[in-house]
Amino acid sequence: MKEKTKYVPVPSRSILPERDAERAPVLECVKLGITLGGIKAVEDFNLTIGRTEIVGLIGPNGAGKTTVFNLLTKVYQPTTGTILLNGKDTHGMNTMQVNKAGIARTFQNIRLFRNMSVIDNVKTAMNNEMHYNMLSAILRLPNYRREEIAAHRRALKLLSIFDMQNMADVPAGSLPYGAQRRLEIVRALATNPSLLLLDEPAAGMNPSETADLMDSIRKVHEMFQIAIILIEHDMSLVMNICEGICVLNFGHIIAKGTPDEIQSNPAVIEAYLGRKKEA
Amino acid sequence: MTMRRLINLKRVQARRIYLTYAVVIAAYIICTVMSSTNILSSSMRGMLVPICAYMVMAVSLNLVVGILGELSLGHAGFMSVGAFSGVAAAILMQNVIPFAPVRLALAMIVAAIFAAAAGFLIGIPVLRLKGDYLAIVTLAFGEIIKSILNNFYLGFDSQGLHFSMLRDTTRLLEGGKLIIRGPMGISGIQKISTFPAGFILVMLSLIIVFHLVISRPGRAFMAIRDDRIASESIGLDITKYKMMAFVTSAALAGAAGALFAMNYSTIVANKFDFNTSILILVFVVLGGQGNMLGGIIAAAVLTILPEKLREFSEYRMLLYAIILIVMMLATNNAEIKYFLSRLNPFKKKEAE
Amino acid sequence: MIFLNFFISGISLGSIYAIIALGYTMVYGIAKMLNFAHGDVIMIGAYVCFYAFARYHLNPFLGVAAAMLICTLLGIIVERLAYKPLRQAPSLAVLITAIGMSYFLQNTALLMWSSNPKVFPSIIGRGSFRLFDGALSVSHITALTIGVCLVIMIVLSLFISKTKMGKAMRACSEDKGAAQLMGINVNATISMTFAIGSGLAAVAGALLCSAYPTLMPTTGALPGIKAFTAAVFGGIGSIPGAFLGGLMLGVIEIFAKAYISSQLSDAVVFGVLIIVLLVKPAGLLGKMTQEKV
Repeated sequence: MKEKTKYVPVPSRSILPERDAERAPVLECVKLGITLGGIKAVEDFNLTIGRTEIVGLIGPNGAGKTTVFNLLTKVYQPTTGTILLNGKDTHGMNTMQVNKAGIARTFQNIRLFRNMSVIDNVKTAMNNEMHYNMLSAILRLPNYRREEIAAHRRALKLLSIFDMQNMADVPAGSLPYGAQRRLEIVRALATNPSLLLLDEPAAGMNPSETADLMDSIRKVHEMFQIAIILIEHDMSLVMNICEGICVLNFGHIIAKGTPDEIQSNPAVIEAYLGRKKEA
Repeated sequence: MTMRRLINLKRVQARRIYLTYAVVIAAYIICTVMSSTNILSSSMRGMLVPICAYMVMAVSLNLVVGILGELSLGHAGFMSVGAFSGVAAAILMQNVIPFAPVRLALAMIVAAIFAAAAGFLIGIPVLRLKGDYLAIVTLAFGEIIKSILNNFYLGFDSQGLHFSMLRDTTRLLEGGKLIIRGPMGISGIQKISTFPAGFILVMLSLIIVFHLVISRPGRAFMAIRDDRIASESIGLDITKYKMMAFVTSAALAGAAGALFAMNYSTIVANKFDFNTSILILVFVVLGGQGNMLGGIIAAAVLTILPEKLREFSEYRMLLYAIILIVMMLATNNAEIKYFLSRLNPFKKKEAE
Repeated sequence: MIFLNFFISGISLGSIYAIIALGYTMVYGIAKMLNFAHGDVIMIGAYVCFYAFARYHLNPFLGVAAAMLICTLLGIIVERLAYKPLRQAPSLAVLITAIGMSYFLQNTALLMWSSNPKVFPSIIGRGSFRLFDGALSVSHITALTIGVCLVIMIVLSLFISKTKMGKAMRACSEDKGAAQLMGINVNATISMTFAIGSGLAAVAGALLCSAYPTLMPTTGALPGIKAFTAAVFGGIGSIPGAFLGGLMLGVIEIFAKAYISSQLSDAVVFGVLIIVLLVKPAGLLGKMTQEKV
């Protein structure tokens, strides 16, 4: 895919094409695929996401949802296909570069910096917006103080979205489970992403926590005006919050559409919702 | 918001840092008073500088092992690079700079630069590896540095510097002087290392490491230690930060090497072997990974201990080994750990 | 012909490294720890052999058997006393304990047998086979070393792949928790691993000191580190890897001594290790494991 180095406008295949039609979508995946251990874990994955869209990625266990996130963030290098981020090909980039280009994520099995305090977890994520060097740090030069104070303020502000500013000094590893999940979202937001990937943010939460989380995600979406892709098994959350939904099964997209369309899609019901209809 | 409040917000961390400074300064004052009033035995007085050097080694290795979370088994290699380059620099400057403290300071800077360069060169291949493989490669580099220094000859005469490998083929002119003599190392060193110089180096290394830890690079180091994949996902350049920690650690070790070497009249490369690397690692592990004060205390205790065990003469290394094993078993015993955590004043504060 | 001579002595030295490396690699595979005391078990084994046939004039093979027995017991005791309590501890704590154990064994040997080097009598005399009209001479001990190494390799491979205990070992190295749930006695399996590794170390000690007859309390340290390097070289945790790594390391070392410089041979060996790890970060036959995200 070397020839695809510069952005060629592709007709928007957005799920909701009427939104942001004139601007380049934040993400375009074209024929994305990967073979892991001889198995095509994801194949022919096409998805376009507008500037401020919230899209749900659902599907049964093992359908390849997290693999899609790993492809987008280059934890795995895709074997085929192209990922365009803000119109730029991410071919050859690694995880760090993809983050700098605008994708931030959370993890299914929480990956916090457990021995660091909550606020340090957030400040670490602001690493790339700080510019002072090692010498400034050692000598405590003015730019160190200025940037540290600014980072501290912003970190507290971000934490306050999730009502976590009081926990700033607690080691992240000792937080309750739900708070750890929320901290992961704050940490991802601290990198100033244009696309946020949330991998099962409500896993292990009780219904009231899930409802709080839903409000928080809406709040984040309004405040930052960013695109969000959400992997989630909690259908009430997905159906409530997402503007578009993409259903994955055995590595293939079996349906795309609005929540209402998905709920009535026979293929989806057969593959997935059929078994969980009572939920 | 002022900087004061910013630091105070991390109360636990800040207290630990100031406590460390206070303990080191207090220990320095007590030792100085004791040695000037002759309470300190002469053998103890002779150990003050090596203890300082080992403390700096412990602090610098702690940066890699405790903060960055990578195991290094070749730290003595950087110490030897620093020792040899620092002493060579001091000998070359002998006539130019007669004032010993300045010469010592410059020699330590030269040592730090050379060791940092060695750390950088070694870092390029090493940092691509992970875990036990990284550890074995640092071990290998430590042995390589030892082998090379054991076969390295350096001399100078009116024509400038000359060096050779394996055999002395420097062919110095009349009046020239052979500084490094292969397996014989360097002899006739002027003992210009002093306890105050050692103290200053310990304080400097602590300041450098602590200031790094509570800033952008330090947070990146700890993030990489806690979770590499998450660190990448928030845009940290893992290689860059690993290299930064590695080189800083090597530079400090180099300065410590120069301090250490200029406390003796002769040094040989075999002094800085695998066992020395392990000794320093023991300081770090016993003191608690990432705990600078612990490492410093461990360095002092474990340097004095073999001397104090001298009355047991041939049993002393055996006792040392037993103490090491028992300490490891005790510090990792769940019940003892619980008991200690109740004694630890910092832990309580955290729980509040 | 000289080349061939060097090659054969390289293979012979490599065989000794391979036998030691097997001990490292098996313990690493199952207990996930670097047993730094392993090199000193070799030394203990060699001392037992020495006393068995230099002092008590035992049959050499009985002497080796006695050494194996004592080292096996030693391995089990060391594991029980020092490593077992640290099963849940951070790996660095275990590493330091192993180093402490290494010092302990060395200094015990120093107290028991003093630091004076002992001249080790070869277990099968100093004769040699002469081939090609005497152009190539292979000492008996060289031939024996290579033979013993091959036998150990084959028996161990069969043991690991065919027997119940071997399967238990493989299961433990994959996942101790799951192995325990399947009814495998994990502690017994780990003890068994240490027993086998230490028994092999005794054999290696006898062979090493027959070929290089100076015996001191520090005799085991350097071959220990080299064999450890060999295990990493071949891919730590892999038994064929230890075998291959040991042989290659031996050959490289002898060639470096012969053609480059005897003083720098260690540097060359470690240099090759670094290059191999850069090309194959998990060693020659090691498996790269990718962390699940």
